[in-house]
Amino acid sequence: MRRHAVLFPILGTAGVTETARAAPLQDALHAYGIQAWHIGRLWNFTLALCALVFVAIVAACLIALWRAPRADAKSTPPDMTSLIRPERGIHRTVAWAVGAATLGLLALLAADVFTTRALGRMPLENAVNIELTGHQYWWEARYLDPDFQRQFSTANELHIPVGRPVIVTLKSKDVIHTLWVPNLHGKRDMIPGRTTTMQLRADQPGTYRGQCAEFCGLQHAMMALLVEAEPDAQYEAWAERQRQAAPAPASDAVRRGRALFLEKSCARCHTINGTGATATQGPDLTHLAGRKTIAAGMLPNDAGHLAAWIQDPQSLKPGVYMPANRMRPDELHDLVAYLETLK
Amino acid sequence: MSIADSMQPRLSPEDAGKLEQTWRDPPGIIGWFSAINHKTISIRFMVTTFGFFILGGLLALAIRLQLAFPGARLVNADLFNQLFTMHGSTMMFLFAVPVMQAIAMYLVPLMIGARSVAFPRMNAFAYWIFLLGGLMLYIAFFVGVGPDAGWFAYVPLSSLQYSPGKRIDIWAQMITFTELASLMEAIVLITTILKMRAPGMTLNRMPLFVWAILATSFMVLFAMPAVMLASTALITDRLVDTQFYNPDRGGDALLWQHLFWFFGHPEVYLIFIPPLGVISSVIATFSRRPIVGYPAMVLAVIATAFLAFGLWVHHMFATNLPELGKTFFTAASLMIAIPTAIQIFCWIATLWSGRLDLRTPLLFVLAFFVILVLGGLTGLMLASVSLDTQLHDTYFVVAHLHYVLMGGAVFPLFGAFYYWFPKFTGRMLGERLGRWNFWLFFIGFNLTFFPMHVLGLWGMPRRVYSYPKEMGWGSLNFTATVGAIMIAVSVLLFIVNVVRSRRHGEAAGNDPWGAGTLEWGTASPPPAGNFEMVPVVHARDPLWAPKSLPTHVTGLSNEYREILVTSVADAELDHRLWLPASSIWPFLAAVATTVLFVGSIFTPWAVVWAAAPVAAATTFWFWPKKDIIEKRTGSEVNP
Repeated sequence: MRRHAVLFPILGTAGVTETARAAPLQDALHAYGIQAWHIGRLWNFTLALCALVFVAIVAACLIALWRAPRADAKSTPPDMTSLIRPERGIHRTVAWAVGAATLGLLALLAADVFTTRALGRMPLENAVNIELTGHQYWWEARYLDPDFQRQFSTANELHIPVGRPVIVTLKSKDVIHTLWVPNLHGKRDMIPGRTTTMQLRADQPGTYRGQCAEFCGLQHAMMALLVEAEPDAQYEAWAERQRQAAPAPASDAVRRGRALFLEKSCARCHTINGTGATATQGPDLTHLAGRKTIAAGMLPNDAGHLAAWIQDPQSLKPGVYMPANRMRPDELHDLVAYLETLK
Repeated sequence: MSIADSMQPRLSPEDAGKLEQTWRDPPGIIGWFSAINHKTISIRFMVTTFGFFILGGLLALAIRLQLAFPGARLVNADLFNQLFTMHGSTMMFLFAVPVMQAIAMYLVPLMIGARSVAFPRMNAFAYWIFLLGGLMLYIAFFVGVGPDAGWFAYVPLSSLQYSPGKRIDIWAQMITFTELASLMEAIVLITTILKMRAPGMTLNRMPLFVWAILATSFMVLFAMPAVMLASTALITDRLVDTQFYNPDRGGDALLWQHLFWFFGHPEVYLIFIPPLGVISSVIATFSRRPIVGYPAMVLAVIATAFLAFGLWVHHMFATNLPELGKTFFTAASLMIAIPTAIQIFCWIATLWSGRLDLRTPLLFVLAFFVILVLGGLTGLMLASVSLDTQLHDTYFVVAHLHYVLMGGAVFPLFGAFYYWFPKFTGRMLGERLGRWNFWLFFIGFNLTFFPMHVLGLWGMPRRVYSYPKEMGWGSLNFTATVGAIMIAVSVLLFIVNVVRSRRHGEAAGNDPWGAGTLEWGTASPPPAGNFEMVPVVHARDPLWAPKSLPTHVTGLSNEYREILVTSVADAELDHRLWLPASSIWPFLAAVATTVLFVGSIFTPWAVVWAAAPVAAATTFWFWPKKDIIEKRTGSEVNP
């Protein structure tokens, strides 16, 4: 993993390192979007100023220790001259130091105000609108469109076009969650009963990882989100695919799997467009097979993990709302085969 | 004979015996529960808070061991959430705030030349309430119903719907216990400081430590009601279905955060301001000179206490509050650095122009200049709205808050123990072990918490029980765990030092450091009535000032707990007052109150039925004794 250049946010080398990276990025020091870049710049300024102050104070302290004579406390009478003769020199020095500190603080305030303004000025033409809802412990995403037919839902994985603004509307269904994709922007709370938005833009293609940042219960640690930033055409193709209903079964095993999905408890919580399953308690599975992970970023999305997850989610992620599903091995095989077709 | 000894006016042995008899606690087991002497209660309070510090530290160690490796399975998610909730709640509510009050309860009367604290029975009651509340929390934890919603218990996660069971009720009721104790302590300390100072100790001559305690106690009065209100509304939401915090029924989830942080941010300063007083005491003594800029120091403490109430929203920068409003809180958060800077500069100036004795207490205080300063500077980073959106709720904040609280409070606190231990016990703590204690703590601390800044910037959020290996957080987490073990060893050395020195330590004498404040002018440990004769004060550092007349007050009774009440600003003689004698009723009243509080976790009717024993106990507590009243009225002199 890239861990150099800790102190300096860099705008964009994701394309180059994409293949070399083992894991998606999740850090605040490498900006791949304009908003994170603004914040990164503020970080650099603040860090430099604070480091300067730290060094100055510690140095003053060390010099004081170095130059002051030593004495044994008990046997040395106290020096009370300061009460008789005011120490104007010392007082003046302290006053100057306080004045300098005040100027430094004003500089920090100004830098903060300018950054806040810059963050609010990102152009929003031609934006992608996403409504992101926090659940214990997963993310529901609805891509909005003035034409209702063109809206679609997905979960735990966002795709966004590089270079186009994205307006994320944040909501929560249960407790407070926080959206945080540090390489793109700072965080924003998702508070039940309140709606808020976050404006961001990815300026380099890549996979950016985010994680719920507000403690939201037992599995708070396992509530991750992937953001795939891709060129506009690729994004549009992906979105178009998401708008389609699930493909019709092409083999017997898959057909049996689909029947199982509808008969067993699956359809009580999940939606698969085109099958009549329309429940919304759990993630929309219409294009499940196209996602990289399951269980909110916890497990890779492959047949083995999918089967284990369906059978006993409680042992993998205790406290998750999905119940255990006991079924015969052949049934499980068919069900997984079906889910694997949902590209 | 030291300067202090020659200053000290003595009673005849016979009168001194009578005075001791009057003020000391009764013997026996019932006597033990009846004790109200402020030094007895304070020692118990300090030992109790230190016990909670050890427990909280062990929880932290368990957290660190779990996080040392990615994907570790030492503890499960449920236990981990309990661990960090208990760790935070213990350190904030059962250690950091009360330990400051406990130390103040011992030192303030001695520093201001008083025989006792005001309201000694209420003082004892506050201690028992605190102890019983803390025990309730730990009993619940050990039987498996420890709270698990964080020390901040954000709604709706802590509501009945998302946290069924009694875990959160126990947490909320623990708040009621500790805040009740804390409020009463604040009242005791404020009254003591304003009305019981020795004649001549005008406000302008009060030790900086006492100023710090006065400011803190006033802050308690304004901050604590907010969290008691918040937690009570949470209890009623859970117990009797009120809807303060439920957005679906017209409540508001953010209301909790406002109320909690309106208390929570000042709380940081409740923890941080008393050590400022400790630092002033230690630096003055070991620099052999008064602190530079006494008026500036006093004003800085008061300014900090005021400004502390204007910062709470910087804990809520990630919410959707209006941006302009947030900028106000950025400005306020930056502004509070100014008074702190004034104090730091004054201390450095004192060190610069003094003659230094680098003993262990001073070492611990010097650590402040590295650790607290770094924590304060990261605080400036968190004060910025935009930066905070990246840093908030990450390990960066964990690093910041430990730098502030450990550097600003725990290090000076250890310095305070090394400094005042001779006064508490009559013996010195071992200097050699003290240095090991200090260096292990200092290095271990930085090893634990410095890497957390980087972890936060690398994207590690707080309160996660585990993390995937691919995130690359493993090595720094491992480093932090190694540091945590060093801290544990260091604290163990401290305990060894205390146990050994209590029996075999070098005898201290009245004033082992040649210090200037009044507590060093009496025996170590002090007699039950603190001073054989109540001193008269003529200067800021009475033991350092040339001797002036009169040196002491005469005419106070040695046979009754008679004290002097003086005026608020100038400490001029006002009147004599008889304080109450020892009594078992504060303890019994505390037990009755505990029954009420614990009972109301399970049924609202406990508030009704358990009120009867509370009323009975407090009635007996205040029942007047005829013979004492007659003697008292008999001793009155018409002007």
